[in-house]
Amino acid sequence: MGRYVLRRLLQMIPVFIGTTLLIFLMVHALGDPIAARFGDKAPDPVVAAQIRAEFNLDKPLWLQYVLYFKGIFTGDFGTAFTGEPVIDLMARSWPVTLKLGLTAFVIEAVVGIALGLVSGLRRGRLTDTVAMAFTLIVISIPVFVLGFTLQYLLGVKWAVIRPTVSYGAPLNELILPGLVLASVSLAYVTRLTRTSVAENLRADYVRTAVAKGLPRRRVVTQHLLRNSLIPVVTFLGTDLGALMGGALVTETIFNIQGVGYNLMQGVRRQESATVVGFVTVLVIVYLVANLLVDLLYAVLDPRIRYA
Amino acid sequence: MPELTKTPVETEVPETGALAAAEPVREKARSLWQDAWRDLRRNPVFIISGLLITFLVVIAIWPGLIASGDPGDCDLAHSLQGSAAGHPFGFDQQGCDVYTRTVFGARASITVGVLATLGSAVLGGVLGGLAGFFGGWWDTLLSRLADVFFGIPILLGGLVFLSLVGGSLWSVITFIVLLGWPQVARIARGAVVTVKQQDYVQAARALGAGSTRMMLRHVLPNAVAPVIVVSTIALGTYISLEATLSFLGVGLRPPTVSWGIDISSASSSFRNAPHMLLYPAGALSITVLAFILLGDAVRDALDPKLR
Amino acid sequence: MRGATQAKWVMAAAAVALAATACGSGGGGSSSGSASGGGGVVTAFWGDPQTTLEPANVNEVNGGKVLDMIFQGLQEYDAKTGKARLAAAESITTTDAQNYTIKLKSGLKFSDGEPVNAASFVDAWNYGALSTNAQLNSSFFGYIEGYDKVHPDAGKPSAKTMSGLKKVDDLTFTVKLTQKFSTFPDTLGYSAYYPVPAKFFTDHAAWVKNPVGNGTYKITSWTKGQGMSLVPNPEYQGDMKAQNKGVDLKVYTSDETAYQDLVAGNLDVMDQLPATQTNNAQSDLQGRYINQPAGIVQTVSFPLYKKDWNTAQAAKVRQGLSMLIDRPSITKTVLAGTYTPATDWTSPVLGEAGYSKDMLGEFGTYDPAKGKQLIEEGGGIPGGKLTISYNADRGNHKLWVDAVCNTINKALGGGTCVGNPVGTFASFRDQVTSKQMTGLFRTGWQMDYPTVQDFLEPLYTTNGSSNDGKWSNKEFDKLVGEANAETDSAKAVATYQQAEKLLVQEMPVIPLWYQNATAGYGANIGNVQLNPFSVPVYSQITKK
Repeated sequence: MGRYVLRRLLQMIPVFIGTTLLIFLMVHALGDPIAARFGDKAPDPVVAAQIRAEFNLDKPLWLQYVLYFKGIFTGDFGTAFTGEPVIDLMARSWPVTLKLGLTAFVIEAVVGIALGLVSGLRRGRLTDTVAMAFTLIVISIPVFVLGFTLQYLLGVKWAVIRPTVSYGAPLNELILPGLVLASVSLAYVTRLTRTSVAENLRADYVRTAVAKGLPRRRVVTQHLLRNSLIPVVTFLGTDLGALMGGALVTETIFNIQGVGYNLMQGVRRQESATVVGFVTVLVIVYLVANLLVDLLYAVLDPRIRYA
Repeated sequence: MPELTKTPVETEVPETGALAAAEPVREKARSLWQDAWRDLRRNPVFIISGLLITFLVVIAIWPGLIASGDPGDCDLAHSLQGSAAGHPFGFDQQGCDVYTRTVFGARASITVGVLATLGSAVLGGVLGGLAGFFGGWWDTLLSRLADVFFGIPILLGGLVFLSLVGGSLWSVITFIVLLGWPQVARIARGAVVTVKQQDYVQAARALGAGSTRMMLRHVLPNAVAPVIVVSTIALGTYISLEATLSFLGVGLRPPTVSWGIDISSASSSFRNAPHMLLYPAGALSITVLAFILLGDAVRDALDPKLR
Repeated sequence: MRGATQAKWVMAAAAVALAATACGSGGGGSSSGSASGGGGVVTAFWGDPQTTLEPANVNEVNGGKVLDMIFQGLQEYDAKTGKARLAAAESITTTDAQNYTIKLKSGLKFSDGEPVNAASFVDAWNYGALSTNAQLNSSFFGYIEGYDKVHPDAGKPSAKTMSGLKKVDDLTFTVKLTQKFSTFPDTLGYSAYYPVPAKFFTDHAAWVKNPVGNGTYKITSWTKGQGMSLVPNPEYQGDMKAQNKGVDLKVYTSDETAYQDLVAGNLDVMDQLPATQTNNAQSDLQGRYINQPAGIVQTVSFPLYKKDWNTAQAAKVRQGLSMLIDRPSITKTVLAGTYTPATDWTSPVLGEAGYSKDMLGEFGTYDPAKGKQLIEEGGGIPGGKLTISYNADRGNHKLWVDAVCNTINKALGGGTCVGNPVGTFASFRDQVTSKQMTGLFRTGWQMDYPTVQDFLEPLYTTNGSSNDGKWSNKEFDKLVGEANAETDSAKAVATYQQAEKLLVQEMPVIPLWYQNATAGYGANIGNVQLNPFSVPVYSQITKK
């Protein structure tokens, strides 16, 4: 087990380099970010040259990447064009996004698995049909339409909640944004759980358990659910990173100054320090979540062993 | 009847990543697919969704069959007007006929959905399946490669990639496949790993079955179900992802007509002119519904345990 | 429940900010009308500034809002008429339109108590001009003698200060320009010309973190990503004394989001209402809505550095295209009446001082037949296809570009004109400034100060700082130079307009429409006005 974890940790290094390099190259390829600093005016060549030098933009591409990562290992994530150190930007964005992402994650896992389980157990009945119709609607509505509509209806028209999240993002105000953010994944989880449950329901061990006279509740929680959760856990694990980095639209709609919003601003300013800095942390979150998922496999399915 | 329903089956089955590979061993594989086909023909869900998809595909190819207008023929004098004689769905902000645009929008939206799903299912299914089946170095290499792409949040990737290459139909599809396959790959890998542990597969291996034979006869049919579920849901999310990309300003662009473009331009005026949002969004929902139902039916038919 | 959790974090905020203003960020969501900010503190829409707040470095609206609140310039612009009037200056005099003597009012102080004197201005301007300080707006000092020494086109500066700036006594300094420039005093209300206190130089990092100025307000707290609290500056002695107990600027992720807060009563004042909501604003806000002319003109430019667009006959094609754009319909429908069809290249806010109702003449009138004929006479659209490039990441550009293309396509046939969205403003400006455009592209101009010179010289003279299409006309350059030197303002305007007529003949840039300034405000808010730069005059806002 220990060796397996160690091996996986070592494997993270190439993945980490691969992803950050990919993003770094793409942001760089977007073009020179300096022109936009001057608004609608033509860039002043001397000032532009100084800004380029300040942000290492005058150096060869490979050197920029090396310099950036040299900085990261000394705790220096570079500076945004606004003059704010990226580390400060991250320090105020990550807590907010962590809250939002976890809220969404809990909604997605709890509601998704519950709906999926009920659907799978009652396949073909009304509950199942309603749940499936719900997932369908959620999938087919783009997230910004869902966000705008719910914000307007709940926040402005009926005024039951605040339409925007206040600074600091108190948990009670994150429920709606969390729901919007989780919506598509929620549908995935529901459908995955349902399929998995329905399949395992026919498995021998469930039949055996029932035949043995175990109470239904025990069969469902101890045998059925545990075995059905493997694909669901895979999905949830990979989704955790996506929830944190993928909240661009949700965060913008609900006034949450989190990771997704700042990433989007970074891309729009073509500010590689900000973008790569945030992505660096995101990739680590994602990789660690993945490793945990793989370890969870072994817990859920004792037949899987890691050497 | 068989003629009509054949198209969707052909578009669906390759998602298992098996059809091409299945050719050489047709004699042995035949029974499974034949059984499935016999099942499907009797399944009303399959017939309804098949007919619906056939209809949508026909409209996507020949929109002129049910709409006589030109989607680019717009008159500002009609801006935001409701339905009128000859214009049942009313007009959008630019004074274009919403009915015509909804009909003509099917082509781009369905092309994006179907091709992106096919691409990511084939790529992800094959790579994920190989990783899960062979394990070891293969698994490590392919899983880490998937991680590199999966570590990039999809909307962030879209913002950067499509800003870079521009929002043509092919670049949107390429982008979705590039960032979509790892998800399918993970699911496929997980499923294959689980199946591999099953007693009957272990038994086959003990009896000395070769890799190819094992994979095609035993592992594949059992690992296909989750891939189909994920892919059919993904198809819906891909079509609505196209809308979200348009909303972020990097999606498909005129003169291409798509539901995504229309939904994104309608999202902010849904209060004054709900018809602008309702029709393209409704068309999108129906399409998603059809593909998901089809996916469910195909999966049930392919699941040997159901028989 | 809600009240409890919110009270908690309001208290946390209070630890950061001064107690008097901190409660501004709390506020109940469902309580109607009464927005946050108790005790007469106005909450207002804001975004994080994109630069440091050094006066010569700020070139966008969010930083500009703060500068205008915390600084008093030599001149200030009247909110209603847009005319410059003396503020920190006692007098600005000249005999030859080239040598100016500026005398300051005595007894003015920065909010930290330091007196405002001639050095405050001279040092600030020298700082802003020096190239090694990398200030984005340093070109505003380009007229002052010696600028080329402190800010050469390449290489290191050979001087630290401009020879044209001289301190005469404590309250007087002189400015020598490189050429005659009669409207120079009118430009002196612009933020680049604000003074700075000695602390700006002695402890620069601290000043950048917490800027100190001499204006109506002073900053009490500034949290990036959240907002800034300002209270009236007790040292301020000018005409624009604060009519409220302070302003809390709140950072929003988007204007759509802020608008929802405004309607729900969580925000007091919002400028730049999102274009998509202007249809609803009137009813949502029950009339608490402003829609008035502003100094912004939207245009599309031709890449005249491309041969196809710069042939002898191409001017006819350009003029013809101008006639294919149905300005009245587009401004009325997709732009929801918050824009006015353009009749010249300036802005109606200039009034007598340079605006013209009929400069464009027939080329500003929608006439598809005549337009098409002109285009054919000029040899047709180069390549037969027309693209209009724009940045798709902000604003409502897609809306009007699609509408413009639709009206052009009506005359020239479907598919002739298509919009070409560019993913980010940064790539867009990079492509524009590196001359990579092949078709038309979006341009626009928000005035720096309300003079006709500002609408013409930077945009259309050969070396103009915003001449994106690279149009060049010797006659035009000469006329603008003459007008700049003219001391009689009526004669100057006439000469500028003579130059503008060359734009009609050559049509290097098609004027589309003037953008209005819009704003909305809460039920207990009074006296909201927008200045000619579309920014609310925060100091005059009252709150019940």
